[in-house]
Amino acid sequence: MTTNISPRSDLLMFVLFAAAILTMPLWLAPIGAGYPDLLQKFAIFGLFALGFNLLFGLTGYLSFGHAAFLGIGSYAAVWSFKLLGMNPLPALLFSVVFSSLFAVAIGYVSLRRSGIYFSILTLAFAQMSYNLAYSVLTPITNGETGLRVLQSDPRLFDGASASSGPLISNLFGIEMTGYSGFYFCAVLLIIGFYISQRIFRSPFGMMLRAVKSNQNRMSYTGLNTRPYTLAAFVISGTFAGVAGSLLAVTDPLAGAERMQWTASGEVVLMTILGGAGTLLGPILGAGLIKYFENIFSAYNEQTLHAIFSFLPDFMEGPVVSVASLFVGEGWHLTLGLLFMVIVIFLPGGIMEGFNRISKMFRGKPSRRKGAGRSHAPASANAAE
Amino acid sequence: MDAIVLQILNGLDKGGAYALIALGLTLIFGTLGVVNFAHGALFMLGAFCAVAFNHVISLEKVVVDPTKTTAWGTPLEIRVPYLESWLGDTGATMLNYSVPLSILLAIPVMLLVGYIMERGLIRHFYKRPHAEQILVTFGLAIVLQEIVKTYFGANPIPQAAPDVVRGAMDLGVVLGFDPGTVVYPQWRIVYLFFSLSVIGAVFAFLQFTTFGMVVRAGMADRETVGFLGINIERRFTLVFAIAAVVAGLAGVMYTPILPPDYHMGMDFLVLSFVVVVVGGMGSLPGAVSAGFLLGILQSFASMNEVKTILPGIDQIIIYLVAVIILLVRPRGLMGRKGVMET
Repeated sequence: MTTNISPRSDLLMFVLFAAAILTMPLWLAPIGAGYPDLLQKFAIFGLFALGFNLLFGLTGYLSFGHAAFLGIGSYAAVWSFKLLGMNPLPALLFSVVFSSLFAVAIGYVSLRRSGIYFSILTLAFAQMSYNLAYSVLTPITNGETGLRVLQSDPRLFDGASASSGPLISNLFGIEMTGYSGFYFCAVLLIIGFYISQRIFRSPFGMMLRAVKSNQNRMSYTGLNTRPYTLAAFVISGTFAGVAGSLLAVTDPLAGAERMQWTASGEVVLMTILGGAGTLLGPILGAGLIKYFENIFSAYNEQTLHAIFSFLPDFMEGPVVSVASLFVGEGWHLTLGLLFMVIVIFLPGGIMEGFNRISKMFRGKPSRRKGAGRSHAPASANAAE
Repeated sequence: MDAIVLQILNGLDKGGAYALIALGLTLIFGTLGVVNFAHGALFMLGAFCAVAFNHVISLEKVVVDPTKTTAWGTPLEIRVPYLESWLGDTGATMLNYSVPLSILLAIPVMLLVGYIMERGLIRHFYKRPHAEQILVTFGLAIVLQEIVKTYFGANPIPQAAPDVVRGAMDLGVVLGFDPGTVVYPQWRIVYLFFSLSVIGAVFAFLQFTTFGMVVRAGMADRETVGFLGINIERRFTLVFAIAAVVAGLAGVMYTPILPPDYHMGMDFLVLSFVVVVVGGMGSLPGAVSAGFLLGILQSFASMNEVKTILPGIDQIIIYLVAVIILLVRPRGLMGRKGVMET
């Protein structure tokens, strides 16, 4: 799979990717997604899913507690704002340091087990962080209210100058809202993509894939896989931390609900939807989910009536009432169904779908249970 | 001493719920080898069976009495539940006992839900990796809870226990302590005995019936049972349905303790998984004892004396125990050697 990709095509892919991300405001405008808030979300959650994919997609270790790192990143960033001022760069540094420290600790313990035990261990750690953030750690996390930057905070570097006005993160005078905020996130996403691409093509990435296909065999050949998986876990947790700090950069607020296990479930879904183990899939999945979340939750019954007004009256009523279950408040229902449909019919995600379609067009016989599922027996054995 | 007894009692009812959910989870895992993340949703569905039953039997007939007026001058409306107007006192008693009676509704409903779930979805995932099982059942859990949210709204709906057991009981007198030291809500005692009897029933079913024997054999060695010409898959469908019923019953009876809302299942699910892991994957006695053990541990951790020494310990104690167990003794307290130890 990796052998037929030349460095040149890799470079081409990277350049195309960077160009596509940077021009997102232009080509997403026609479908109603060309506004900065949503674009920021695309970039941030793209980065989050990209990091998650480095762990799950490559090694097959399903972490159900990745949102903990997102939350830790957010808290670290807001604390950096509070102490050092509103510059996003120290905030990023803070988040990287803290989330990677936590990732080392949690990963060191959790990676002693694999399969479902690993999932439960990570889930347990995430729930512990969430519960603690809500209760005892209130002096650090400000509990239910969420951590905010206040005018009275020391803010060493800009505390004196910006004594009044809204507290918005700014990079040497550029305020991190709107499009400038998006471009800041986009640049980090592109850097993240580059790192992830290099990992995918490296011997290290190959080692991680070998862990996924058969860890036992790796151990039998006398190789200690744990340093590799731990490294993957830490890199992946750091990505999540950076994503968390970007959330805080674009909106200087951090709450414990970011660490809840439903948030961890969401990133799993993004990765699966796009295609775990592929380079572009997770970003695609994150974008799609955030886009549809945005579109679907904005719908209400009036808009549905407007959409289905072409139907005859006796049909319009029932159609609207059925459709309204899935939009607005009911968006999560759609999300859950999507989750199930993807796992049942397309475990390789959208990227696998693309591959199947392109194979069909090239006239090759399409193997129905193609690349995405061929790993299934192997990892099932490994999990036993 | 009385404080300790009180904490043990406090832990037992929650432990009962954990034990019931974990029992179903580990039954499913042990027989089918499926990790069911939708089990919490089944617990929640059970609780909403009680809510639905209560809604149905308390449908009211509105009679306008023109001779009397209310304080606002409008004719007085007398609201009488249909059941009461038809059956008189029996109807009133039924309304009073709506929670225990809704068990009658919950059993067939949960059997059906379990059957459909297993035949329609879980069956196709026996051979798939655990990660995919987790994901698909997680999706199903979201779907189930969103459907419940559409019909019953997002707010908790309190359910009342029958009048007889609504109050609190001074257990201290019974146990020989000073009066007023160990005061305990009566419904929780009911719940404890209820969960114990359900657990007893499940164990008796598995131990003393031929069907149960086959299921236990299937848990031990599925292939051999298949070689003996027994259609193990069909039995497993019923096992899944039974596990669903157990979770549902736990939910029904828990409604007077905790007003059900649509995401109650998720909270219990995470904890029940931890319980299963602590007890040992696929071990039924392990799940039950770990359920009660963790319930009691949790209530001890929430004592003020403990919290002053270790702040926040009540929030994380269960997870902490799970982490330690997984690292020190991965097969759990009572897990069989070699089962899922990696």
